[in-house]
Amino acid sequence: MKIVSCVKCVPDGRARLDPRSTRLDRSGGGEINPFDQYAVEEALRIKDDADAEVVVVSMGPEAAAEALRSALALGADRAVLVSDPAAVGSDMLATSKVLAKALEREGPDLILFGQQTSDGGGAVLWGAVAEWLRLPAISQVTKLEIRDATVRATRQTEVGDDVIEAPLPAIVAVTDAINELRYASLKGVMAAKRKPLDVLTLSDLGVEAPAVGDAGSKTEVRRIADPPPRANAITVEAHDGAAQAIVDFLVQRQLV
Amino acid sequence: MSTLVFVEHNGDELCRGPLGVLAKAGELDDDVAAVLVGGIEVKALASEVGTFGAATVHVAEGDVFTQPLAQPRIDVLAHVVREGGYDTVLFSNSVLAADIAGGLAARLDAGLNWDLVDIVRSDGAVVGKRPALSDSLLVDVGWRSTPRLALMRAGSFPAVEKGGQAQVHDVSVELASHSRAATVVDRVVQADSGPSLEGAPAIVTGGMGLGAPEHFSLAEDLAEVLGGVVGATRAVVYAGWRPHSAQIGQTGKTVAPKLYVALGVSGAVQHKVGMQNSETIVAINKDPRAPIFEFCDLAVVADVHTIVPELLELLRRRRS
Amino acid sequence: MARPADYPPPFRASAFVAEPTDPVDARIEVGMLVVGAGPAGLACAIRFGQLLEEDPETAATLGDVPLAVAEQGRHPGSRLLSGVIVRPRAIRRLFGDRVRIEDIPGYGPVPAESVYVMTRTRALPIPPPPPMRNHGNFIFSLSRLGRWLGEQAEDAGAMVLPETSARTLLVSDGAVVGVRTGDKGRGPEGEELRNFEPGSDIVAGITVLAEGTQGHLTGVALDHFGLRPDRPQVWELAVKEVWTVPTPLRRIIHTMGWPLRSAAKYREFGGSFIYPMGDDMLTIGMVVGLDYRDSQLSVHDLLQEFKTHPKIRALLQGGERVEWGAKTIPSGGFHSLPKRLHAPGLLLCGDGAGMVNIPTLKGVDYAIESGRLAAESAFASLKGGRPLSSYDDAVGSSFISKDLYEVRDMRQAFGHGFFMGGALASAMTVSKGRVSIAKMASEADDQQPLIHTDRAARYPVPDGALTFDKLSSVFASGNKTRDDQPNHIVLERRVPPDVAEMWVHLCPAQVYEAGPVGDDGLVSVQMAPSNCVQCGAISAKGGRLTPPEGGSGPEYSLT
Repeated sequence: MKIVSCVKCVPDGRARLDPRSTRLDRSGGGEINPFDQYAVEEALRIKDDADAEVVVVSMGPEAAAEALRSALALGADRAVLVSDPAAVGSDMLATSKVLAKALEREGPDLILFGQQTSDGGGAVLWGAVAEWLRLPAISQVTKLEIRDATVRATRQTEVGDDVIEAPLPAIVAVTDAINELRYASLKGVMAAKRKPLDVLTLSDLGVEAPAVGDAGSKTEVRRIADPPPRANAITVEAHDGAAQAIVDFLVQRQLV
Repeated sequence: MSTLVFVEHNGDELCRGPLGVLAKAGELDDDVAAVLVGGIEVKALASEVGTFGAATVHVAEGDVFTQPLAQPRIDVLAHVVREGGYDTVLFSNSVLAADIAGGLAARLDAGLNWDLVDIVRSDGAVVGKRPALSDSLLVDVGWRSTPRLALMRAGSFPAVEKGGQAQVHDVSVELASHSRAATVVDRVVQADSGPSLEGAPAIVTGGMGLGAPEHFSLAEDLAEVLGGVVGATRAVVYAGWRPHSAQIGQTGKTVAPKLYVALGVSGAVQHKVGMQNSETIVAINKDPRAPIFEFCDLAVVADVHTIVPELLELLRRRRS
Repeated sequence: MARPADYPPPFRASAFVAEPTDPVDARIEVGMLVVGAGPAGLACAIRFGQLLEEDPETAATLGDVPLAVAEQGRHPGSRLLSGVIVRPRAIRRLFGDRVRIEDIPGYGPVPAESVYVMTRTRALPIPPPPPMRNHGNFIFSLSRLGRWLGEQAEDAGAMVLPETSARTLLVSDGAVVGVRTGDKGRGPEGEELRNFEPGSDIVAGITVLAEGTQGHLTGVALDHFGLRPDRPQVWELAVKEVWTVPTPLRRIIHTMGWPLRSAAKYREFGGSFIYPMGDDMLTIGMVVGLDYRDSQLSVHDLLQEFKTHPKIRALLQGGERVEWGAKTIPSGGFHSLPKRLHAPGLLLCGDGAGMVNIPTLKGVDYAIESGRLAAESAFASLKGGRPLSSYDDAVGSSFISKDLYEVRDMRQAFGHGFFMGGALASAMTVSKGRVSIAKMASEADDQQPLIHTDRAARYPVPDGALTFDKLSSVFASGNKTRDDQPNHIVLERRVPPDVAEMWVHLCPAQVYEAGPVGDDGLVSVQMAPSNCVQCGAISAKGGRLTPPEGGSGPEYSLT
């Protein structure tokens, strides 16, 4: 069985927006988006119990290769990085197109995403990828089982948990509640240096440059500004009516 | 502009978030339409949607829509957008809405901006306002083409009942084969222990300001009355008063409940980054200079030991 | 008067020395193991890699992994912090013609220089020291430089092992045969958690310890092999910030005086540095000797106070703090170097061995040179059995020893040329004797008796824009250490109030908190070890830092 885990490399530590380019400052090293780490862990757990190949796929600058090595150190078999200057500045939709092509190339049985990214990515990327590939997609997954070419996933919603089944190939986005991350062993770290890490360009994938990058993006960042502090914070000093004031506030906001 | 709002419902009740988005849409556009997708309950809900600001309500009803799955809804929305020529599609964020918006963006090859707290018209363009980098910045985002898709942060706008009647259109659409591949086979009831921290609608967190582990009963009681769960700061976990599983913050859990009440919590940045996206934050602390007062909605400068028992009394009385 | 030395930590070096215990085929075998990916360790790796390339026959005898570098941080640079102004001679020796200094990621040659004696409201310029002093030197971020050196080391064939802590010195038949790495996935009581991953024995022909200041295994080795010098090592604590600023700073600045007090009873020696980092950033730091006596002295808060000075505030106007960090600097100099820099199977380099010239505040070039020389000795030993004493000989005839010997009795922070008479006299005159020049301390820092003042009352209340509290600073160091792991700081937990208070203020990361006074007149010290940025200050003043789980700690990038 082939499992592909799609990961995003995000700045570790404090992320900064570069005010000149209005893009995230990706200089300096990065790490795999923490939510994606749970997806990689889930792929490795499936591999622990069954015969599976785990491939990690990402789109990003060349510096992201180092972060992908950490997934190899944990036990992934191969990593693929799509890195192309023409792809810089891709918005979510443009990114989803590239990832879809990379996934097509791999032909996996199961595609895993982390639910969202820690650097402002929404919980939407895999939804778009699912439509390009025309595959069933299940999100917010807290438990996952593969049996007889079917995925059985527990999905957490605001009102309760649903158990959903879909035939493979399928896309699953997992939350950070699904498992606990393992540590890489030293032998794993050393073995990772020798595992294949392929760097692909857009033309390797058959993606036309105008479809992606800043030029191919349908959304844009116009301006960065300081936010207003939480609007109209109300202060209540200790006095006889203070507790009532809190109740009134909660009632007014329909919280009780 | 020609705006379409996806309205979600839960059983027989419309969700408040999308109704708020409907109200906001009405400020931008004269002629706002809504989409409702579900089982037999949607027909009755359609007219209610009309009273909240939709001039037209597209209704897709069917057994296939009784399951809360995103992909069949993508088929519906894609069809409605194309048929109706809508140039703007708005969602109020939810687990389902995010799934739909992402897929719809690909289906329509349309730009999607998310986590917006506001959307305005500016110099002929439509501009979304979006907090970034842990809410430390506000970013103006835009669309370079239509249709424009937008996911608004949950609870950004209040619903406004305007009265009014909507034209109801039935939508009939053929579902893509991959849209029908997933099925709900079971629903799991919430465990007796109640929602986890991440899923809880309300969280009451106790900090060192509570003074002693026994005083955590204040947080427990308040959580119970508010229908929520108890959280803890790192300091309190270090002191052994609560388990690490209750810890909220940079090295604990990240939460974004509807209501976050902080009792005796100073609000160090390590804690802040774990809860700052909560919809409403109430902080009670006797130190007027506690950093938490800079990022809450209601700042109560008082002794938790005095005010919380009073608060509990008032809330319990309301309940009965 | 209480002294921290009277309450020593329950630490035994022997607990960190052991034979290898992994089954032989589970051990990781490398030719040479370097512990620490700082300038010393990476220079050692780079030089060793060069030698391997020139001599493939010898390389082949060293197995599948001839060269490995164990690093605690996520990558080289994560734990590096310094000012820093680097004299390029060691870099030139290491790379020859292959690399130009200008091509290494840095902030260019030193432009102009200024020195001031500060009072609370004024900054009194001292005539700049002879202009050639820093001519030809370059401004770097040590963290960035470390990252670049790490890439060079990997290109040279080193296998870098990140998030790997070296916890135990493996000794067999009286010789160092490698290190055992730390476990991961233990809970606060030491229990194995579900994702427990045990450490591994890394066995190596030669082990080079380049752990930096307060190096854990370096300390263990000094005790185990009886290498401690007669004059105990002493330290300074440096706390610094990196700021983006709208107005470029076009000179390097050093200051003395305020907010440090000149009265002898306080023993407050040190000063500040402010260096430009390109056009839009600068770094500002405070360095203070840890032989200070006031239990309420907080170097973290002295830096905050310093920034409120009108001249300093002006430099930072409109800017934003983007990073913060802290680290100790060994300042004992020549007399505090170990008795020998080698033991069977072992070599000691860089700050870990105390190779820092405090009067000129230089150490990076010594680190790089010592690493280079260690590689040559190690290679010669592995190849042909040359005794490791060759390393001591090489260091002894290098500029490291020459420089350190020259300033061996002088102890002065930021004394660029100050000990050269003229400038020093000017400083004394201009400041009306407010600066004091001290001779080398002969006692360890923890021997200093404590005095109790109300110094803490004058630290500024943090405003979150110019001045910050310790927890915000810890956040700005990139520290997100896992909380529920064993406490890595060894400390006597019941101590007199003054000692506890000293620790509370000493620690720039707010690890320590003092409980109420008990009937025995002692207080219990509470700890939040996951705040720790491993600066090493506690080890100088009565405690002992050991390595936490690999990967724990600050993640520096611009320091």
